Amino acid sequence: MASMTTWEIVCNLFEGFYQNGLIFILTLIMAIPLGLVITFGSMSNFTPIKILPKFQPIKWVSKTFVWIIRGTPLMLQLFVVMYAPGMLFDIPIKSRMTAVLIAFVINYAAYFSEIYRGGIESIAKGQYEAGQVLGMTKSQVFFKVILFQVIKRITPPMSNEIITLVKDTSLARIVGIAEIIMSAERFTKSGLIWPLFSTGIYFLLFNGILTLLFGYIEKKMSYYN
Amino acid sequence: MSVLKIENIHKRFGKTEVLKGVTFEMNKGEVVAILGSSGSGKTTLLRCINFLEKADAGKIYVEGVPVFDAQSKAKISAGQIRKNQLNFGLVFQSFNLFPQYNVLDNVMLAPKLMAKERKDYKANKSEILAEIKKDAIEMLTRVGLEEKLQNYPCELSGGQQQRVSIARALVLKPKVLFFDEPTSALDPELTGEILKVIKNLAMNKTTMIIVTHEIEFAKNVADRIIFMDDGVIAEDGTPEEVIDNPKNNRTRAFLNKFNELR
Repeated sequence: MASMTTWEIVCNLFEGFYQNGLIFILTLIMAIPLGLVITFGSMSNFTPIKILPKFQPIKWVSKTFVWIIRGTPLMLQLFVVMYAPGMLFDIPIKSRMTAVLIAFVINYAAYFSEIYRGGIESIAKGQYEAGQVLGMTKSQVFFKVILFQVIKRITPPMSNEIITLVKDTSLARIVGIAEIIMSAERFTKSGLIWPLFSTGIYFLLFNGILTLLFGYIEKKMSYYN
Repeated sequence: MSVLKIENIHKRFGKTEVLKGVTFEMNKGEVVAILGSSGSGKTTLLRCINFLEKADAGKIYVEGVPVFDAQSKAKISAGQIRKNQLNFGLVFQSFNLFPQYNVLDNVMLAPKLMAKERKDYKANKSEILAEIKKDAIEMLTRVGLEEKLQNYPCELSGGQQQRVSIARALVLKPKVLFFDEPTSALDPELTGEILKVIKNLAMNKTTMIIVTHEIEFAKNVADRIIFMDDGVIAEDGTPEEVIDNPKNNRTRAFLNKFNELR
């Protein structure tokens, strides 16, 4: 291992970072819509939406779920998803990646759902009423009038959360995914310390690109206020 | 036959009874102004008629057809609710334009969504959309905003925004157009342009109910004035009857207060 050239080490770290990127993108794709479902649960008795039936237990279940997920460490959740099915129900999770994705998607969906809820509740009641008196259906009001305004408002907090997700992907190492930090640590065992420190550059570059992207999106939506 | 008939509307919020049995009817082409001090139930009445609040008791008829009955247990379909809703148009105190759409799109949004439900929509799509656009531009021209079609609401003055919202309501051709204190959120120098638009509509025999604090304007534009006090109609008559010769003590007190302020 000590005989690897610098370039080979960089490439090796890049392979590790591919795992981080994979967790990141798959979590995002699944957690964004799942978060909306949880939001509709938490807001099931919020009159302007009522996409789910007005049924207290739904709200109660969603709120408890969000409380548990936000109230415990993601690292612990990773352990639970990885080992609990095998130990409690004798159905071990076969793929480590699946376990990681389940834990990440659930965790981030809970956070996203609270951001969505804040965004939806911040839209003035008058917007719903204007839609109603113009003869729009509830779903037309939501999708044609409310949703875009919500997206504009939640872009800054979502950017924040998504950037946190990039860094959180390195937690996957605790269940044995060879992500970038785990890959770099192997070099420290043979006395090579710089690869570990250099991992910061990968994160910085990736988050730099995301920051530019979010800045662009915010600017695109700033044609009105 | 009356275009709108309200029968014994009651509404309470918690322990406060805001409407204590309001009954009136109005004819096509009539302009009714509703006056009354804050808390007298004017806005709540408007909101009940426009289905933004559900009245606890009472009935509403449009051209003799019942559109609301608080006692009725029968389920009304979503389609029927919308059909009932479209009998009326409502202009809000705070405009409530959709900020992400430009002026023209604000006016066209509802007609476009409605057109999608037409059976011939797919076949005649381009003609239908052209028709909607023509109507929208015509309405915006009527309120003097033909130059502002592509502007966003945030680029307009309050008076211009309110005129967009009037055009947005008019384009759906409501049988009765309601105004909820349309000038209360505006600077005094901007109220004039709204009052001019409303006056113009009155001359064109648009059926309207206007909740307002502009007594002088109400006197000029309305065929009939309803004075509300403590959740009931205290006085109902021509402007001359209600404003110049009020019979009711509360009406007199209210008008005196206004005259003192001037």
